[in-house]
Amino acid sequence: MKKLRIEDKLYLVGYNVDHEYSHLGISDSEACKTCEKKQCTYVCPASVYSWDEKEQKININYDACLECGTCRFACDYITWKYPRGGFGVAYKFG
Amino acid sequence: MSKKDFDVIVVGAGPAGMAAAYVLAKAGVDVIVIERGKFPGSKNVMGGIFYRKPMDDLIPEFYKEAPIERHIVEQRMWLMDDVSHFSMGIKTQKHNSEPYNCFSVLRAQFDKWFSKKVVEAGALLINETVVTEPIVENGKVVGVRTDRPQGDLYADCVIAADGVQSFLAKSLGLRKKITPNKVALGVKEIIGLSEEQVNDRFGIKDSKEGVTIEITGPFLKGMEGMAWMYTNKNSVSIGIGVIIDDLINHNMNPNDLLESLKNHPSVLPLIEGGETREYLAHVIPEGGYKSVPRMYADGFMVAGDAAMLVDSVHREGSNLAVESGKLAAKTYLEARESGDFSEKTLSRYQEKLEETYVLQDLRYYKNLPELLEEKRYLLTEYPQFLIDAMTEIYTVDGVPKPEKFRKIKGELKSRFGYIGLAKDLYTIWRKLR
Repeated sequence: MKKLRIEDKLYLVGYNVDHEYSHLGISDSEACKTCEKKQCTYVCPASVYSWDEKEQKININYDACLECGTCRFACDYITWKYPRGGFGVAYKFG
Repeated sequence: MSKKDFDVIVVGAGPAGMAAAYVLAKAGVDVIVIERGKFPGSKNVMGGIFYRKPMDDLIPEFYKEAPIERHIVEQRMWLMDDVSHFSMGIKTQKHNSEPYNCFSVLRAQFDKWFSKKVVEAGALLINETVVTEPIVENGKVVGVRTDRPQGDLYADCVIAADGVQSFLAKSLGLRKKITPNKVALGVKEIIGLSEEQVNDRFGIKDSKEGVTIEITGPFLKGMEGMAWMYTNKNSVSIGIGVIIDDLINHNMNPNDLLESLKNHPSVLPLIEGGETREYLAHVIPEGGYKSVPRMYADGFMVAGDAAMLVDSVHREGSNLAVESGKLAAKTYLEARESGDFSEKTLSRYQEKLEETYVLQDLRYYKNLPELLEEKRYLLTEYPQFLIDAMTEIYTVDGVPKPEKFRKIKGELKSRFGYIGLAKDLYTIWRKLR
């Protein structure tokens, strides 16, 4: 079976994107620079986090977030709130 | 007496919150359910099977009208390595007649239906609203703050059924910090197939009947986890849940894991040609009994995933959620008679749960999460031994059977040592006492 990338799969997910407010953040971006594993970049099932080598920071693509909360258990510097009411992921099947 | 908008505020319209609201509304209590999603179920992911009993006690014969996919007549358990699986299971006609044992459901649809029943019973449901914090006065929870303008709501009692993240229980200090070794990430796909394909591939005669497969073993490369396949009407739910700490330590991307599962030679023929319809992720509380928090405070109770009520051994969760929601509601109804919603009165809720299978089951396995964390090899090496032994026994190659059995015995000794084996058996026996 053809392997599907996360990007391919996220097209299938219904979202109501909040263009004004990101529910995800990093409390101390300095910590990312010395973080060896940068686990947020690979444990997230929606690839929300990516390391920007040039800017030396983590980019957060919050509108892809599936709201599982894995990142907040995986890293203490990630600040995680629910998206505002009605925004975010909306599953059709569940 | 402070302000009061409702008798009870239920936070979260999942199975726990809605079971609580249903009981309360039926008893004439003025109850509001606050849900952050567009509709109940829109944020929810089914990582298991929906067991009938607790729901049937609440809404008799609910399965005749609820959007269920199939009733489960066969449950298979696979121990799998990269090229083989050793299969056990039970298929019984005892589960093929009403009232049935359990069902595959799709939560976005099922929870939406459940919420209609709750509203019909008389509860008020507000969607698209996030509860941001509890309102505490004089050490007592008197309401909740929401993200709506003038969004403070007051009540005698708040039931937090706000899911595994449970910001409410945490902000009240009821719950310890959840560490990544006590939670699993589950990722799942819904793969569309025709009804006939599902029936043929899973050996099902009638489209109402369903099959489940749970899979663990060395294919997980030493990570603690479980994969699953559940037959829906015209799709298959396939997913895998792994302890987050293990994903981190193995540098593992959950989607890569799911993709390799889908392409495993034992799995692929069951889903091949199907089209992925949805991709989902959710966290599962796996800490067991020892991670269950104090479930009450003055004017406050916690139910469902928010109280870490998941039995990962038997993949039970939504049934425990329904049961806990019901008992929280019943505790409120008792407290209402005396008008006393203090911590002491509401502590009856946790006592009640201790008396039911919910906490008795979790208590039985209370040492298991630590045992498996200490001895991850139990999930890898013993299943691998079984797979190899079965392969040896079923391979006819001219080697006399006594020699085969000697070889298997030799493998057992060389892989574990008789002392190691005895130790492991003793540890498991002791931990499960």
